[in-house]
Amino acid sequence: MDSVSPTSEIAVETRGLSKTFGSKVAVRDLSLAVGRGEIFGFLGPNGAGKSTSIKMLLGLVRPSGGEGFVLGAPISDVAVRRRIGFLPEDFRFYDWLTARELVTLHGRLCGMTTARLAVRAPDVIDLVGLSPHLDRRVRGFSKGMLQRLGLAQALVHEPDLVFLDEPTSGLDPMGRRLVRDILRDQRARGATIFLNSHLLSEIEVTCDRVVFIKDGAVVAGHDLRADQRGELRVVVRTGNLSGHAVEGLARWTTSVRVEPEALIMTVSSPAAIPDAVRHLVASDVDIFEVVPERVPLEELFVRIMGEDPGL
Amino acid sequence: MRSVWIMAGVTFREAARRKILWTALIAGALLLAIFAIALRVQVHEFQSRAMSPFVRYQVESGMLMIGLYTCDLLAVVLTILTSLDTLAGEISSGTIAAIATKPMARWQILGGKFLGFAGMSAAYVCLTFGGAVAVAYAATGVLPVHPARGVLLIVFECLEALSVTLLLGTRFSSLTSGVLALGLQGVAFMGGWLEQVSGFSQSADIVTLGVASSLIMPGESLWRRAAYEMQTPLAGSLSFSPFANVSIPSGTALVYAAVYLTVVIAAAVWHFGRRDL
Repeated sequence: MDSVSPTSEIAVETRGLSKTFGSKVAVRDLSLAVGRGEIFGFLGPNGAGKSTSIKMLLGLVRPSGGEGFVLGAPISDVAVRRRIGFLPEDFRFYDWLTARELVTLHGRLCGMTTARLAVRAPDVIDLVGLSPHLDRRVRGFSKGMLQRLGLAQALVHEPDLVFLDEPTSGLDPMGRRLVRDILRDQRARGATIFLNSHLLSEIEVTCDRVVFIKDGAVVAGHDLRADQRGELRVVVRTGNLSGHAVEGLARWTTSVRVEPEALIMTVSSPAAIPDAVRHLVASDVDIFEVVPERVPLEELFVRIMGEDPGL
Repeated sequence: MRSVWIMAGVTFREAARRKILWTALIAGALLLAIFAIALRVQVHEFQSRAMSPFVRYQVESGMLMIGLYTCDLLAVVLTILTSLDTLAGEISSGTIAAIATKPMARWQILGGKFLGFAGMSAAYVCLTFGGAVAVAYAATGVLPVHPARGVLLIVFECLEALSVTLLLGTRFSSLTSGVLALGLQGVAFMGGWLEQVSGFSQSADIVTLGVASSLIMPGESLWRRAAYEMQTPLAGSLSFSPFANVSIPSGTALVYAAVYLTVVIAAAVWHFGRRDL
């Protein structure tokens, strides 16, 4: 991926960032740029180096090589973290605090005044749907409630950049929808979201752009906003399909698969569909149905990552 | 400094909630109760027979020092046990990730934790020390000669133990840190006794061993200096005990302890600042 200067338009940038633990390479030459106001998805299989990358961007892990910038400042800069929120995977904190105390403490550490937090803490706890538990000790919270509270502490100071590591992993469907809405609200106010998640269906409906990371290196990027005008999968229910008709589709398609009841082809743009259908009709193929659909992210993921080699 | 004080506050509250603190408070209360009973029995025994005021003062002063020495041991062990989990435990559980990504340097996190535990230890020392002195004064009328110096030196000893525990916590697991911190405390204890023995044996090797042990962990020498400050010279000169004046740690030993504390804290800051979390 091309490198971009750390300008005001870039929220996160890395250039050749790498991390090794002894002889193990966790992150290899990571170069990426995330624009301001984007919801950015960071995808990869277990052990690909996603969490280590996020930890380097947040100053938790020292890079072995390369450089990184967040909101225009080097990743070692402490002051810039005032404008950054972070929800760690499996968020946990002192469980004797109440929800209000926990969020207030994190807000104070981010430089907020007690007076401001007296208003803001209940508001952000309400935002994540925990108002009824405002003054309850965290000890009795379920995993999903802790995850929501973690999101509240990440957002309490209205950061410009939010890193979320598996934010919906412990949530029920209602909770996931809530997080999705919150992320969209955050983007609407101009915040950038850097999202690390295994839930591809969530990423698909939330993110503007994704990159795939494998064995510590970026292997592909994908702009989900461009999908409407980009690659599509078209399911065509046919009859009387001939080999000649299928071979002729190569001109408009990137892949073709024949199944008993349907022909499944992939086109690089919607504009190719009418020509492909005209070709089938001209080849005396009976057409009952043509259904264009986006290539599911999961399919893209498997295609890029390859089959699971097992653990 | 605002972040340091916020961290100190939450650390103090965290420490105050630990069961070990309440256990130590109960142990301290039990100690004071036993101490009060022992003093009462002793005073009663003195009254039943003719006793030279000199010998009586010697015994009562010695008993006060026994009470204060127990307070000292309890405070040091409490300091180690409450603080050993604060870095290692939070690193292994991931709790530290939500703190270390806030706009504050790692040294501020460590500084806040140090101040929080230091406050708890100081409060515990004041409480138990004050209790022991009050009990002894009520029963016998004996007071330490320089109680403020004694308290400060005992708190200083707790800070030595705290700094070593925090340094170990930046590198090792909670369990390993605890074993090593208590082990070092054992070295300090042995060093103190060896230096006492050397006062009688005149063996250069024993002196060297005692001094070397006290250099590795100077905590016990701070107690012996505290004992020296709290007794009259006469009371301290006639016994072979952890509070005898046979081998009094010098001003240089105190300076060494201060340098030791500074170096250990600096090493903890350096290592915590560089390590991956």
